[in-house]
Formats: sequence, C-alpha cells, structure tokens
Amino acid sequence: MRTIVIEPEYEAWRTAARLLLAQSVKPDEVLWSDDPQEASLFVSGDPAAKQPAAEVIKVPSAFMDMARSAAAHTDSKRWALLYRLLWRLTLGGERHLLSMATDRDVRQMQDWFKAVGRDIHKMHAFVRFRLVGVDADTAREQFVAWFEPDHRIVRLATPFFQKRFAGMDWSILTPYMCAHWDGERLHFTSGVPRSSAPDEDALDDLWRTYYRNIFNPARVKISAMQSEMPKKYWKNLPEAPLIAGLIAESAGRVQGMLETEERPAKPAPNNAYLKSLHEMNQSNPAKSTEESDKS
Amino acid sequence: MDITRKLEILADAAKYDASCASSGAARKDSRGSTGVGSTGGSGICHSYTPDGRCVSLLKVLMTNACLYDCHYCINRRSSNVTRARFTPGEVVKLTLDFYKRNYIEGLFLSSGIIRSADYTMELVIEVARKLREEHHFRGYIHLKTIPEASQALIALAGRYADRISINVELPTQQGLNTLAPEKNLARTEEAMGHIRGKIDERYGEKRKPDAPKPPPFATGQSTQMLVGADVSTDATILGCADKLYTTHRLRRVYYSAFSPIPEPSSILPLKAPPLIREHRLYQADWLLRFYDFKVEEIASASAPNLDLALDPKLSWALRNRETFPVDVNKAPREMLLRIPGLGVRNVERIMSARRYTGLRLADLIRLRLQMKKLLPFIVTADHHPARLGLDSDSLRARFLPPPEQLELNFDAPPEPAANDFLSVRSGEL
Ligand code: SF4
Repeated sequence: MRTIVIEPEYEAWRTAARLLLAQSVKPDEVLWSDDPQEASLFVSGDPAAKQPAAEVIKVPSAFMDMARSAAAHTDSKRWALLYRLLWRLTLGGERHLLSMATDRDVRQMQDWFKAVGRDIHKMHAFVRFRLVGVDADTAREQFVAWFEPDHRIVRLATPFFQKRFAGMDWSILTPYMCAHWDGERLHFTSGVPRSSAPDEDALDDLWRTYYRNIFNPARVKISAMQSEMPKKYWKNLPEAPLIAGLIAESAGRVQGMLETEERPAKPAPNNAYLKSLHEMNQSNPAKSTEESDKS
Repeated sequence: MDITRKLEILADAAKYDASCASSGAARKDSRGSTGVGSTGGSGICHSYTPDGRCVSLLKVLMTNACLYDCHYCINRRSSNVTRARFTPGEVVKLTLDFYKRNYIEGLFLSSGIIRSADYTMELVIEVARKLREEHHFRGYIHLKTIPEASQALIALAGRYADRISINVELPTQQGLNTLAPEKNLARTEEAMGHIRGKIDERYGEKRKPDAPKPPPFATGQSTQMLVGADVSTDATILGCADKLYTTHRLRRVYYSAFSPIPEPSSILPLKAPPLIREHRLYQADWLLRFYDFKVEEIASASAPNLDLALDPKLSWALRNRETFPVDVNKAPREMLLRIPGLGVRNVERIMSARRYTGLRLADLIRLRLQMKKLLPFIVTADHHPARLGLDSDSLRARFLPPPEQLELNFDAPPEPAANDFLSVRSGEL
C-alpha cells in the first residue's frame, strides 16, 4: 500500500496517475490524499522516485475530459475513483467501460461531472460584476464580482468570462481562488474573504426596476423559480430581496385586474398604413374568414 | 419621462412574450475587440422571477404605443395604459450597462407598431445596428419583426440579430379576426417562408464553392401562440406548430397561456391562466420534435385536447397498451422512445450499455429512472410486468395525482412539480 499526496488539482492527479499506471500499480494498492496534513501518517511511496521508462498507455480522451471536470468536485474520494476508472479502462481491459452508464464507478464520475457542470453554469449565471473604476491609462472599465462556488471550478469556469468580457477589466473573487483579466492575461491568485468585494453597483436599482416589471403576477410558480435559482445564491443577487414582496402582492394585483372595468374597443385612428392593412384583409379574405361567417 | 419610468412601462409591456431563449446562435465572442459579448453556447438564465420564468435577455419594447387592437394585449390602441418610448440610444445604453454587470446575456427587442410597419422596423433595427457597429457588441440579439415590413428591412434585421421572430398569436385566422383584427395568418406565414429562405441561403450546404457567401443572417426564427384566449383545441394548436416546424423550420414555438392583464378588453373577458394546459402543450411539442410522435397520436379529432392530469406520453401509452411491454434489451430506438418515463438521453445510455450486458432492474435504478412509471411498460432480464396488471383499468388510476390534491385544486389544475419543468427543458419525458 502506498499513499499519494497531491495538490487538489486535476494536473497533479494526472501526473501521479500516469506514473502509477506505468508501474502497473493496482487501484487498491494506493491511498490518495490531497490533504498535506495527512502525509506524515503514512509511509509515502513517491512515484517519482522510481520512475521507469513509462510506455505510453492509450486513454480515451472522453475519459480525460470528463475526469478533468469531475476532479473539481470536493468529494475526497474522487482521486481514488478516477484512478480506479483509469486502471479499469486500460490495464483492466474494460475498454468499453464508458459506454456503461449503468456501472457504479462510471455513474459516480458522471454525477460529479454533472454537479461540477451545474456549478460552473450557475457561476456563469449568477456572478454580478460591480463597477469599481476606470483605468487611468487604458480607459478600460474595471469590475469586481464575488461568488461562492460549491466546487473548485474557478479555473474551469473563467475562460468563459474572458471571451465574453474581453473589452473590460475584471476580477472574480471567491473564498478559495480569484481570477483576474486585464485584457491580455487571465491569471489566478489565492482566495479572499467576502469583505474584499464591493456590495453594490449604481446600476442595481435600475436592474431591480427591470426585474420587478418583467415579473407577471398572474402566473406565480415559485417552485419552478427555486429549483433553478436555489436560495443559497440569493445573498449575492441584487434582485433577490424583491422576491418575497412580489409574491406577497401578486394575488392582490391579479384581483385588481379581474375587478377592472372592461375597456370598450376604440375606433381605428386615421392612419394610412392601418387603412391599407384593413383593405388588404378585406380584399383578400382567408378561407377561414368565410368559415367564421357561417358559424 | 426619466429612464426608470420608461423601463417600468416598457418592460411591463414586454413581459407577455414567453420567449427567453438565448441559445442556438453562431459562435462569436469579444476577444480582440474593445467590446463585450459572446454567443454560441447553451443559453444562460441569469435570474428567475417568481413566475418561474428565466431572465436571460433584456426584454423591452421600443414603444408601447400601438396602432393595432389585439384584445389580449395590454398595449393595444384601446387600452388606457401609460405610453412611453425609448430612444435607440437609451436601449443601447441599458443593454450594455446590464450586460457588463452580467445581469443578462443579450437583448430581446420588440415594439408596438407606430406609423407603419417599416417605420417601426427601422426604429428597432437602429438599436441593433448601433450595438453591433458602434459598440462592437457580440452578445445575443433577438428582434421581433413585422410580417408586413419590407423584405429589405427584414434582411437588415437578420443581419444584426441572432434570432428573429414573428408571433402567429393564434392558430386560426378565425381567431385572429375576432381578437387581433389587424393580423393575418397567411401574411405571417409568407414572411416566415422568406425568413427561412434567408436562413437556408446563409447556412445551407448546397452553395457552390466559388459562389459568394450570402450576407450574415440570424441562425433561427421562433414564434409564440396564445393558449386559452380563443376556442382552438390542442389538436389545432399542435397542428399549427407542427406545420410551422416542418414548413418554415422554426427553432421553437412558444405557448403562452392567456393570463389576466391590467387593461381587460370587453371583447376578451379575463380568465385564470390554464398553466397546466400550457405545460402539457410544451410536453407534446417535445414529443413532436424529439420523439417522432405525430400530432394525431397525441391529440386526435376524436380527443382533440390533451389530458391535463397525465403527461401526453404516458397518456398515449395507456391508450396503446397493446404496444407494451417493451423489452429494453431488444427494442429498437423508436420503441424505447415511446416508453413513459424514458427520455432521449437515457435511451442512448440504455442502447450503449446493452451492447455489453443484459440490463436488469438494478441497472435501470442506477440510471435513476422513474421506476414507478417505467415498470408496467418494460421487460428486463429479470422483470416482466405481467403481475403489475398492464391490462387492468386501475393502471391509469395509479398515475393520477392523489385525490386530495385534485379536490383542493378543483378550479385550478395542480401546479406542475418543479422537476416537471426541468424535464421539459431537458427533453426527458
Ligand atoms: S401589434 Fe398587437 S400584440 Fe403587438 S403590441 Fe400591438 S396590440 Fe400588442
């Protein structure tokens, strides 16, 4: 049995996994840890120490892509499971394994992959940039956002922002890692506390105005909203404080509509376009118009 | 009028358009430019309002003044609603300001019709032109077009927009004559045909290698139909949708339950919105597009309306019990797609896994399938539903919502469960 202590990053796992595979180390002979504190508890077999001339072992790229995402999950069992899958797919001879969504290990990796994907998607959706200034030299606007992801997704999620917001400077701060873009380079620094990010933006009020008015009180569906925008995200969304009030007043607003006196149809105004339209409709009546006359 | 007041009025005026899609655009992004914006991935819902609708685009009207008199619409000329009008510059600034804060991922611009169709289209196009040409905006733009606008203007709208749409509103001319006297189904379809031609021209593969590339054009068109405002049955609505999908290759047909508006018309009394009916129509729509169902199988002349208590696929299965049980280890793809509770993605999973193993119930459980729904309809290596009474009349009863719930909601049909919505969006039925 050997213990492998790695950085909690996909690249670190991949490097270690390749070496283990090259030595045909079976999955149940390895203990994985990404907690440096644990290292002293075990006799660590450093794979780099006795490095053979590693022959190239072919691994399906679909697996590596999926593993890269699954590795961002915070479940401590992920390194062991990914190595077990890697081993089964190669030395274990189960080349078709990824076709088996019914396999326990595959299913677990897919679950992690999905959870990480959802976390990334929610980050793309719920990051809110706040304007903090304008660069004196480049005249580029500078924005800062705060986000609390469930998993270690900052590296996976931020290339999206680089493409979308190339024309402005921005930083996205999270508790474990921050990402920064200055128009040329995307780089990462370590995490910061919530207090490092601004709380508001001058535009938030106008955004809330929009949110309040695009809501239709006649079709309240709270469960549909909450399944897509769970409450845990609300604290960083400027529009969320409106939700309770909008729900509370919706029934009264609908009642008001139902009690409003019905408006009679006004005659058509004197407008050339409207006249031509009415003429067109009359000179070329559709078949169904005749049907409606009969009924 | 200040910008806040205008935004109040012109967002309120736009909320009855259900479309919020921001997916399906050509891939583009802001790298190497001074602007912002990207499109081409799956759409992002940046927020949700308590009506369960996604907020992905800034959805506003240019103006809510309108010459037309569509009786379901708050903006019709007979309504006493306060009128407002944005300048193109105001919409441009709002879009960019909201976009840079990541509140939205694009603009959905529509307008009440003022002066003439062409005049109105020009206003709308000017916003898109400014965004694209002056501000290098690469985000999503959806423009509503008017069937009577000139073809040159529709071509121009398509040049700037990722998506364009014309709402059919109601599936029959008869319905339009009463409720939207200015609108005409034949002209709408004709305009959709032209748009399809433009899309095909740009993205079709048949072009000769040396032929010049046609001008840029939106990648898709969509439309909306109002449900419950007129007497149209689900069969009529789905028939119309099916025709639009096949004839004009629409990306999406949106169904919008007619809901109370603050300015009711004497011609169209207000009703509580049949939200569950709208939901069933979306499910039926998925069956048409992704499950190879025909309209007649879902809503026929003899039973023209969908069963509100059961999803349309389950309902079909119960009417066609002789087709079941289906052996998940042997049945062809098209049969697997007919099994209630089995979505497109899980059909793929089953087909690839069964090449290597005989599927048992435990395997299906690991796929997290809805076993209760599935069991009466399938055969696996270790299961045959004979004992579950596929022939018994009680089968339908097993799937109905619990009776207390029905009593409580006697007037209003039950609100669909949250995962119902998820399933509709992901296409798993
Ligand atoms: S054309 Fe009809 S639906 Fe459109 S804004 Fe005018 S009244 Fe409303």
